Amino acid sequence: MKYVDEYRDVSLARPLVEELKKAVTKPLRIMEVCGSHTMAVFRNGLRTILPPGMELVSGPGCPVCVTSASHMDAFISMADRPGVRVAIFGDLFRVPGTKGSLAEASSRGAKVDIVYSPMDALDLAVKNPHELVVFLGVGFETTTPGIAATILTAHNTKVKNFTVFSTQKVMPAPMEALLSDPALKIDGLLCPGHVSSIIGAGTWEPLAKKYNLACVVSGFETADLLKSLILLARQVGNNDIKVENVYPRAVSWEGNLRAAKVVAEIFEPADMDWRGLGRIPASGLKIRDKYAEFDAEVRLDIKLPEAKEPKGCMCGNILKGMSTPRECPLFATRCTTANPIGPCMVSSEGTCAAYYKYGRDE
Amino acid sequence: MAEKTILLDHGSGGLASQQLISDLFLKYLDNKTLHSLEDSAILQNRRGRLAFTTDSYVVDPIFFPGGDIGKLAVHGTINDLAMRGATPYCLSLGLILEEGFALDELERIIISISEACREAGVPVVTGDTKVVPRGKGDKIFINTSGIGFVAKDIDISSKNAKEGDAVLLSGTMGDHGITIMTRRAGIAVQGDLQSDTMPLHNLVAALLAELPGDVHTLRDPTRGGVATTLNEVAAASGLTIELSDESLPIRPQVRAACELLGLEPLYLANEGKCLAIVSGNQAEKALAVMRATKEGKDAAIIGRLVAGRAGRVIVNTPVGGTRVVTPLHGMPLPRIC
Repeated sequence: MKYVDEYRDVSLARPLVEELKKAVTKPLRIMEVCGSHTMAVFRNGLRTILPPGMELVSGPGCPVCVTSASHMDAFISMADRPGVRVAIFGDLFRVPGTKGSLAEASSRGAKVDIVYSPMDALDLAVKNPHELVVFLGVGFETTTPGIAATILTAHNTKVKNFTVFSTQKVMPAPMEALLSDPALKIDGLLCPGHVSSIIGAGTWEPLAKKYNLACVVSGFETADLLKSLILLARQVGNNDIKVENVYPRAVSWEGNLRAAKVVAEIFEPADMDWRGLGRIPASGLKIRDKYAEFDAEVRLDIKLPEAKEPKGCMCGNILKGMSTPRECPLFATRCTTANPIGPCMVSSEGTCAAYYKYGRDE
Repeated sequence: MAEKTILLDHGSGGLASQQLISDLFLKYLDNKTLHSLEDSAILQNRRGRLAFTTDSYVVDPIFFPGGDIGKLAVHGTINDLAMRGATPYCLSLGLILEEGFALDELERIIISISEACREAGVPVVTGDTKVVPRGKGDKIFINTSGIGFVAKDIDISSKNAKEGDAVLLSGTMGDHGITIMTRRAGIAVQGDLQSDTMPLHNLVAALLAELPGDVHTLRDPTRGGVATTLNEVAAASGLTIELSDESLPIRPQVRAACELLGLEPLYLANEGKCLAIVSGNQAEKALAVMRATKEGKDAAIIGRLVAGRAGRVIVNTPVGGTRVVTPLHGMPLPRIC
């Protein structure tokens, strides 16, 4: 497979493991911002071969994990309404709110469809003209342009029964919120590859400067990850802090301006609730008034219920990389991948799920 | 059980399915034969040993590249018999049809069943049909039960896997699972994806003829995939299974589709593949025997059983790391990004 196999080539990757060992000259803690990076790190077993002194913590970049319980509750109660058909990305299906999940709503008769693209949700609306289709917009910049383009298509083709419930989130606002916590000790960021393809590698520069934070935008294959970790270790070791881009086959310094334009046409910045992090100013996107007919919150007059985080759940601190799952009283006892309580256990990208499934600290 | 209603997860073949079996079915129906929860039951009387199994088929779509629900119903039950080392003898065929289901589609399925039976040399000898009102079923559901005979001295079971044994997979992973998922999603992937549904009793017969006594375990990694099945073997044998990432056979188009959807091929269903656990020193011979059959031409040695924590499956990654592979939790769902 082009753009994959060459970056997984063992003959290339093995020497990088040695190079990484040499590059780590002082202890350093790196946060992988993106959930897909977390997954790729596990898939390659990289944590089991990290040189002594180097530590990887998982950040808030798993979209399912940071979806607040109040949003999940709103999704579920919406799915239960007659005449509503909810379309979701697959990994939202089992995410718990305060009372049950969409999977449970589906089992009692709610119409919940798993789709692979927001355009599929628009097709559902066309095929089911007597239902109101609500696409649950959960994700970062990687999914937003597709959702914006779908709303634009619905507008242009005059589809009246398609809406989006936007909980779209943006980077790097939550990183700023995290980093301003002095308890958080992070030396560098493994910056998200796909998000950066939209927002541009340059977006990370103010953070790098303000917090003296090594930043490397990385791809997702073995060689990408190893190369990025080497550069992060060197930046920290040599105290030569900057933003480097080792994913130029997808990411430019400026980002995807065309995508940004479509997004800006449909969405405007909004404050957003993050599971574990609370409300962060201008960290989300809402649908502009001009397109209000496609806004599920407006069409269905949804008031976000006040939701409390599950009792004892430490997802908040875990997302910040300040606690490990083993420190959580619910971990592997009441909270398992089969019966998840906190969102970090639900998503296959979640830190707790990864600890639970891959036995990370053993 | 934590849930109050049946979730789709309960049918996934993963942990939720196991929980349903142990917390409900075994709670009320347990007996010595059922308790082993193998692919088929072995019943013994003075005249010999009988293998008996049953399986239901509810796949959507009912027609898919490489097969259909009818073929699947024949192959699946034959394979469950073969995985205990039994020679399949006959099948039953139970149909639940939804009112309004097109008769010509039913005919296509019955023709497909007859072809599959003829090719496998295993007849349908009894059957039953019920029709439910529109909306109370989904076109067609099939149940097949199968009976087979187990030759003297054959003892194939998950608990027989031993330290030092080799793990062989008879062909590529995930072909069936990804075909069904992409069909459901209407995703076109370059290169032909097709189900691997096929009967494996001839491959098993060849293995047992050439390596009597050295074949310890046979399993078909259907729902839950290679990962879940090997977890069950590791648990039953009280050993750790070590796999090598690079040796796992997978078609490029299947891998591409998995990359696209964020799916792990180790968890995808197979309908024409078998995991064989054989004495370590007979691994190469077993591989040659498998590869000489048309069902096993892509066979590979993928790992081995080692001492270690009971019930654990580990994958050695190409860069020298390891990762733990757990049983499937819930359904395999595509990820957001």
